[in-house]
Amino acid sequence: MKYASEFRDSRLARGLISKIERSSRTPVRFMEFCGSHTVAIFRYGIRQVLPKTVTTLSGPGCPICVTANADLDKAIALARIPNVIMASFGDVLRVPGSYTSLQAVRAEGADVRVIYSAMDALKIAQNNPTKQVVLLGIGFETTTPTIAAAILQAEQESLTNFSVLSWHKLSPPAMKALLDSGDVALDGLICPGHVSIITGSQAWEFIARDYGIPCVVAGFEPLDILQCVDMLVSQVENGVAKVEIAYRRGVQHEGNTVAQQLMETVFEPCPAQWRGMGTIPASGLKLRPEYGRFDAEQVFDIDPGPTREPEGCICGEVLRGVSPPVDCPLFGKVCHPENPVGACMVSSEGSCFTYYLYGGKNE
Amino acid sequence: MSDTILLAHGSGGKLAHRLIEETILSSLSNPVLACMDDSAVLELNGRLAFTTDSYVVNPIFFPGGDIGRLAVCGTTNDLAMSGATPLYLSLAFIIEEGFALSDLKRVLASIRDTAREASVQIVTGDTKVVNRGNVDKLYINTAGIGKIPSEVNISGANIAPGDKVILSGSIGDHGIAIMSKREGLHFSTELESDCAPLDRLVADMLSAGARIHALRDPTRGGLATTLNELSDQSGVKIIVEEEKIPVRDEVLGACEMLGFDPLYVANEGKLVAFVPASDADRVVEAMRRNEYGADAAIIGQVQQTDTPCVVMKTVLGASRLIDMLVGDLLPRIC
Repeated sequence: MKYASEFRDSRLARGLISKIERSSRTPVRFMEFCGSHTVAIFRYGIRQVLPKTVTTLSGPGCPICVTANADLDKAIALARIPNVIMASFGDVLRVPGSYTSLQAVRAEGADVRVIYSAMDALKIAQNNPTKQVVLLGIGFETTTPTIAAAILQAEQESLTNFSVLSWHKLSPPAMKALLDSGDVALDGLICPGHVSIITGSQAWEFIARDYGIPCVVAGFEPLDILQCVDMLVSQVENGVAKVEIAYRRGVQHEGNTVAQQLMETVFEPCPAQWRGMGTIPASGLKLRPEYGRFDAEQVFDIDPGPTREPEGCICGEVLRGVSPPVDCPLFGKVCHPENPVGACMVSSEGSCFTYYLYGGKNE
Repeated sequence: MSDTILLAHGSGGKLAHRLIEETILSSLSNPVLACMDDSAVLELNGRLAFTTDSYVVNPIFFPGGDIGRLAVCGTTNDLAMSGATPLYLSLAFIIEEGFALSDLKRVLASIRDTAREASVQIVTGDTKVVNRGNVDKLYINTAGIGKIPSEVNISGANIAPGDKVILSGSIGDHGIAIMSKREGLHFSTELESDCAPLDRLVADMLSAGARIHALRDPTRGGLATTLNELSDQSGVKIIVEEEKIPVRDEVLGACEMLGFDPLYVANEGKLVAFVPASDADRVVEAMRRNEYGADAAIIGQVQQTDTPCVVMKTVLGASRLIDMLVGDLLPRIC
């Protein structure tokens, strides 16, 4: 089986679209939590082919977009410390903090390296014993287990020059905070596929149970998303709210328990600051005290100075699904991918970037 | 002779002469180069195309090619995209002190073979050696001259409404091959760069008797960026169909993993052509008979517009804009 092309079959897609058209009567608003879903929805033009009764909203599921300026400033300050090598996933480099970006301090001489996996950072540490290597730990449940594995391996190898700046966040508490805020009324949730591979579909049960909102876990190909919309519409029309999976090839009810155990071993929940959403209790992950020597916040004395938010940027409302990017006065004028004001215009999964790139600006 | 390149190899002294004679001339000899005067003397008349490009690829050896093959293909392809028959190339090396002589010989052999394949002669050159760390291993500059047949008039500004868009084969192979090698990403099948000289393919297209309005090789920035450049240059709307654009499964898989869109990934052996609808099938047929055009296909057409743009019809039948590449391709994090 080919895992991409077969899920882009136009004939099967047309069949699903007409099935949705036939069954959807009630006007509904579905949110896709995950930035990768937003990208797929725009890339394939899914909004255009859905009936008028179905609206999709982009949610806060882009790890870079939700990183607070205070955290970015910390990473930038760390990268400027002599003898530090900052190992980061590429997307983060261009994100503006309060005053500058990792990319800009790299141009000034800071040693910032792009990595593709957490293990790359370990290799850098092994090869540079006289330097301190800081891994920027960013991402939801999808990436956290690999960072946890890197920390455990560093412990096994008794590395003394490796630490992690943890920005890790948990998806379900963010979704809960969003629903509790009452900012947006939703009729269904397109649950993140990759996150659910780790957490299992069980992670979303509280949304169906406590909020009465239908939930369907979806993959990232056009057929995955159309099947998910079809299942959500069918729940709405039948008056039920439960968690279903439209991504059986990746997701199970209980998730990846080995990965969950890894996260559990190394990290513990903590309050975390989310751009545009404030501080959400138990929504972040910090290193447990027994791994404190790998925690960059403890290893280094970081002073990032005061933070500043960009004026006029409505990133927060965009992330909460309250406003589409086109409502921002800066969108496409001051703020565009070459001159991003907010993180949502930088990340390849950011709503603003996706709207800009795929012509959502003309919607 | 030392088995690494020393600063003295670029000094113009004895060591430099030995390097040129024993290593470079012996690989690339031809009558013009053999004269060893300060400049190559060429007999030319008519309309000429002239272009230059520098090559700094890392790694210098990659699956499907190397910096030498790239330096010959890149410049001959730029000539071919004007409809010119490539004739002569210059070849300048900037070498990092300590570079392995065996690697230089390997690059030279590749330059010789690729120049032979493209029927171009290397008629002048230069070698400089700089201190370790001042360049990364080896940089190459080539310039090229080609002759344009009198009846040929190919330009990015000549695209007309009604033209068909023809693509010579699958996209993204080069960029993904380089990325996988550079970053040590391992996929179950090794992807090869499509790096190839396209002059014969263009000659085949021209001899099919078709009117070719525009040709371009979608290198850095990929097909998306090239189509945008052309729509601006000719002031037209270009509509392409997602389903018609060939992408290898390996490239698709790697792009999914890394968060890239194959439309933005570099190619080094592909071209996109704009021809009147009535000539399109004939051109595609001629292309398919050439090894570098075996998968050629019509991928879209051109419309009149007041606002030049590129639009993609997706597999779902929806349409969306395709913009130019912004910044570098960076891998995503989840």
